[in-house]
Amino acid sequence: MTTTATRPAAAAAPVPADLRRSALPLRRRLTDGFSKSLMGLALLVALIPLGLVIFHVTSRGIALISWDFLIEDIPNSARRAGGGMGPAVAGTLVITGAAAAMAIPLGVLGSIYLNEYGKQNALARLIRTMADVMTGVPSVVMGLFIYVSYVLVVKEQSGFAAALALGCLMLPVIIRSSEEMLRLVPDELRQASAALGARRWKTTVSVVLPAAISGIVSGVMLAIARAAGETAPVVLVAGTIFSSNWSLDGANTTLAAQIFKNAGEPFPAAQDRAWGAALTLMVIVLLFTVAARMISSRFAIKER
Amino acid sequence: MTILDKSAQLTRKDRGRHADRLFWALCVSAGFAVLVILALILITMVKQAYPAFSADFFTSSTWIPNDPDGDGPGKPVYGTLAFLYGTLVVSAIAVIVAVPVSVGIALFLTELAPRRIRTAIVTLIDLLAAVPSVVFGLWGILVVAPALGPVYTWLHDVLGGIPVLGSLFGEPRSSGRTFMTAGLILAIMIVPIITSIAREVFATVPDSDKQAAWALGATRWEMIKGAVLPHSFGGVVGAVILGLGRAMGETIAVALVIGSSVQITANLFESGYALPAIIVDQWGESTGVFTSALIGMGVVLFVITVLVNLVARFVVRRAEIRMRGAAA
Repeated sequence: MTTTATRPAAAAAPVPADLRRSALPLRRRLTDGFSKSLMGLALLVALIPLGLVIFHVTSRGIALISWDFLIEDIPNSARRAGGGMGPAVAGTLVITGAAAAMAIPLGVLGSIYLNEYGKQNALARLIRTMADVMTGVPSVVMGLFIYVSYVLVVKEQSGFAAALALGCLMLPVIIRSSEEMLRLVPDELRQASAALGARRWKTTVSVVLPAAISGIVSGVMLAIARAAGETAPVVLVAGTIFSSNWSLDGANTTLAAQIFKNAGEPFPAAQDRAWGAALTLMVIVLLFTVAARMISSRFAIKER
Repeated sequence: MTILDKSAQLTRKDRGRHADRLFWALCVSAGFAVLVILALILITMVKQAYPAFSADFFTSSTWIPNDPDGDGPGKPVYGTLAFLYGTLVVSAIAVIVAVPVSVGIALFLTELAPRRIRTAIVTLIDLLAAVPSVVFGLWGILVVAPALGPVYTWLHDVLGGIPVLGSLFGEPRSSGRTFMTAGLILAIMIVPIITSIAREVFATVPDSDKQAAWALGATRWEMIKGAVLPHSFGGVVGAVILGLGRAMGETIAVALVIGSSVQITANLFESGYALPAIIVDQWGESTGVFTSALIGMGVVLFVITVLVNLVARFVVRRAEIRMRGAAA
């Protein structure tokens, strides 16, 4: 503004508007800069805790990690040093695996119903909404539910009960993410298959699912990563053990449950074990998350 | 001739018809599983919790689950008000802290960041979402709480004299395991959720609106204020409610850092309790009606989170419809 005014030669001709940034009033420029730096600051505020968590877990857990730590039994007194997290590693693998084995088929079939059959009818819309609601059900409630409806019936806390609870938590996540992926499959593929005379189920199984499989797998892996870190249901329904149990029967434990148990102890030995278990769990969860991201980014390229 | 006829038989009566019906039935029943599980949760838990539901359950803040040795009121009292209060306070802190941060990040990602660093930041935020809550809890109890103790003392010394703030920032617990710590840890955990939904909402703002703002000579902030924010207000509200729902149900991290004392106090630097936290904490030592009371709190939690989620979906959907109307 000021620059244009001090140019007398151009007074007669129409002055082109000065669109340079410096021509803006100071107040507007300051507000703009201020708001932008606030946005950057917000990002920083969120990333600092992430960095700190990763730093603390790594630096305090790394000293603990060894082959022995991963396979040895948990000492039956929290006060005692040494020992390992063997039973928790075994339990995490067995319980999460069983939960995935239950939730994946059910979830994928459910998503096929939503996207291939139900589409926008009333039942599909209801199931969709309820799946969203179920995603929001706290994990501790799912643990209580399995306790009431399974543990009280068979009168035994077991790894299988924990797997049921984790499966219930995974189910809605898998349904919704798989449905998104199925929706991305172009209709031309279905029509082409139908034109060749294939039945609906044949089309779905041999054309639609293979087209969406990488997206579905990536969603499933994220769900598994989340479930592996769930603690409350395991604490409520899995019971306590100190030596490895590779079967679904009988009491079991997971890394997450052990972290919770040991974190509350005042003894340094227990707290160390908690850090070690936390590092192990983080590595497992991050491996799954990164793998899921890689698979899904591959998929995105193919889409284009 | 006959061969041709056969190949052209396109009626529904040929082989594979049963397979089709069977596959459909499988899929429908898988879909029904969701509805069945939700219904079962409500029915079985209410049935089990029924003995604990009394007038005290919702109105009293006295929690004496196992009457110790007769020096109490003689019989156990299951009043859950203190836990409900703790849950509300902690989630309120979490939402108040997390909302500006998440909206800021979402705006940064959609309006400010160059494409190349955008993917990197999204990955980092996803990473934040992938950290299990128990790890946040462990970090909270062993690192954050001890570190925040002195900070609370300092804040109390500085702000303690001011009327309203003084009662909020009262005499701090030296362990640092307080409402405030729990709220802050929760805030970190709900940032990724609110961010990702807010980002989707901001992405739906029609380009024409933004271009119009640019053409009028708006700065970036003025464009955001004039075109992006009014357009996405409803959606962001929905995102915030979803975050609130998640905060209320979060169990383990809160159980570790909230300090486990049954009380209702305005002092945010005091220890407290939350609904999900008491369930996991006292589960091991509970029997009979005590267990029923804990399950009853699970029912309360279930009902609250389902309602909050339904409201959030409703708000988001309505905002989406309005946006589509505006874009058309």
